[in-house]
Amino acid sequence: MRLLIKNASVFDESGSLDISDIFIDYGEIVEIGPKLNYDIPEYIDAKGKYVFPGLIDVSCKICDPGFEYKEDIATVSKSAIKGGFTTLTASPDTNPVIDDKTVVKYIDNKAKNLSYVNIYQYGGMTKGLNGTQMSEVGQMKQAGVVAISDGGKADYDASLLSNVLKYSTMFDIPVITFCEDKSISGAGVMNKGIISTEVGLRGIPRESEEVVVARNLLLAKYAGARIHITNISTKGSVWLIREAKKNGVKATCDTCPHYFTLTEEDLRGYGTFFKVKPPLRTKEDVEAVIEGIFDGTIDMVSSGHSPETIERKMTDFENAAYGISSLETAFLVSYNCLVLERGMGIMDFLKKLTVNPAKFLNLPEKGGLQVGMSADMFIFDAHAENKIDPSTFASKAKFSPYSGKTVKGKVLGTIVQGRIMYLQEF
Amino acid sequence: MKFTRKDFISLKDVSSGEINYILKVAETMKHVIAQKNKRAAILNGKSVITLFGNTLSRNKISYDLAAGYLGANVVEMKLGDEGGDLGNLIDLGRIIDQMGGDFIIIRHPMSGSAKLLAESALACVINAGDGINENPTQSLLDLLTIKEQKGGFKNLKVSIIGDVMHSRVARSNIWALTTLGARVSVIGPPTLIPDFIDSLGVKIFYNAYEGVESADVILSLKLQPERQYGSLMPSTNEYRNLFKIDSEMLSYAKPDVIVMHPGPINRGIEISSQIIGTKNCLIDDQITNGVAVRMALLYLLSMGGNPINEAFN
Repeated sequence: MRLLIKNASVFDESGSLDISDIFIDYGEIVEIGPKLNYDIPEYIDAKGKYVFPGLIDVSCKICDPGFEYKEDIATVSKSAIKGGFTTLTASPDTNPVIDDKTVVKYIDNKAKNLSYVNIYQYGGMTKGLNGTQMSEVGQMKQAGVVAISDGGKADYDASLLSNVLKYSTMFDIPVITFCEDKSISGAGVMNKGIISTEVGLRGIPRESEEVVVARNLLLAKYAGARIHITNISTKGSVWLIREAKKNGVKATCDTCPHYFTLTEEDLRGYGTFFKVKPPLRTKEDVEAVIEGIFDGTIDMVSSGHSPETIERKMTDFENAAYGISSLETAFLVSYNCLVLERGMGIMDFLKKLTVNPAKFLNLPEKGGLQVGMSADMFIFDAHAENKIDPSTFASKAKFSPYSGKTVKGKVLGTIVQGRIMYLQEF
Repeated sequence: MKFTRKDFISLKDVSSGEINYILKVAETMKHVIAQKNKRAAILNGKSVITLFGNTLSRNKISYDLAAGYLGANVVEMKLGDEGGDLGNLIDLGRIIDQMGGDFIIIRHPMSGSAKLLAESALACVINAGDGINENPTQSLLDLLTIKEQKGGFKNLKVSIIGDVMHSRVARSNIWALTTLGARVSVIGPPTLIPDFIDSLGVKIFYNAYEGVESADVILSLKLQPERQYGSLMPSTNEYRNLFKIDSEMLSYAKPDVIVMHPGPINRGIEISSQIIGTKNCLIDDQITNGVAVRMALLYLLSMGGNPINEAFN
């Protein structure tokens, strides 16, 4: 399958913007340069549009197998390509849990048949994610998992994590932890602060996240292991990770767009589409998260896509489920906030969703537009005005806290391993 | 050479001269074992008390036979009944002294217990395994087997593979082999390798093939029952995939590599059945040598520093 993209605005390795053609064959980028001379009947003319490397999402829930009523491999991957993502990672909290090589191979096969994007998997840290018995990390690694994860279930003690971290050093595989001390969160449903008092909802204090971040960083330091803190939301977490990195801890972290574009104040109307975990925090936290993204403390921006059924969202705030449909908005809202409002360089911004995740997951052929790399990319119109309309989402979760918001930019087409998976008229 | 120890508790502070001396005496003891009537009545009139908890382990039988071949009285005492905690051990030593016991052979679940007993009894104490600390006679029998096959220890590459964390044999062997000038590496999952063990002069490998590269000797360790690992290890299945000694692994070692195991073996998990029974695998030699080194130790300790019979020298 040969493909030519003409007249695209492409950043080269040094970061300078060129008008280039991209020639793709057998799923790989074969040549990039001005006015390539290939005689191919069908080509895409991307004049005036950017072509960016395909985005890699380090934190999203695929829900398949087990929770197909929320999302399945076909819908999540379709949602991904509409948002510019070409690689997703499967969180292990499926049913059955991704905790042995058989499940890994099953999902791999299913993804090969049904997915529009590349899907890599995280192996569950413990069998059944029960928090007690370590799972067969080595065998899952052989079967292809790219990281070990607690699957967002933080109910395990420090000694277990310490052992998993030590054990993982044998395979040089990162351990992903979602940090929450449930004994501190208690019955909380939103950030504990002025607004929770104002609206009369129980609060989840920031310490609930931060004490676990601190603990996990210390354990990783002791084990000499690679630790990844996912979905960080507070100023304290940013500070802890910054200090840990300074002290030689092999730590990485990600945050999600909602943690630097929305705050607890958005919850004044009890809007359940804003109910996410960890909860939306304060302006002060948002500023700290943005500072962390700028100074490199926060390595990656993930979608945090965590689908839910509309029935579980359309209820009172306390009973509503946590969750956000994020794949189709993550890039746009991040781009608008970080690049357009805060003045981050496009290359620096893209790294958080391409180069850094590829490095983190040890996928050297992904994350960039260079000859020899996977032909994963998307075409982006930076000038289009775009009103976010969840009813058009490909995801089964057709709701969004950004509903009705107008953002700049539009994903026009997405190519995965050299195949056009999504293309709009332009 | 004079052997002046009252007890044999640890290989931590035993010199290479002493180790070689014990091994030499053990080699002579093997002649006794090879005779039709296995009797060298040099411990006639001496009593050996064995304290082995409630287990009837192969180790205990090895001690019983060793003492028996030398003509000693062997009396068994169940640790479960008397020496349940370390406090009782102090009294126990005195009681055995009062009854005229000459040797106490103790296996005890608490590290440091043999030392405590040795300090509180006049009888000679032999440590047959204290907690996860040491099992010095098991190490001596490994050493005798290595010496018979390789002639010596200097610069020999010895790879110890398995659950080093919970292995008293591994610790004894590390102390002795490094004293004797061997190059020792330990191999296992990071969760089963004790912290800072490299400070004892050994190299750590998490990859078995790298660890056994050009090894002269591979010492396999015994896995504990799976349930005892908690979150330290995923499963014996995963252990097998990463650390089982099979012909492929041996192809990384020297062609004349020898494989040993303290027994009993979890066949197909620690060592492939195909290896057991080949000329590389010396577990049978280890058993015989176990009796020989225990005879040697009983004899040397019984002499209390006095010169031993020329036949054994």
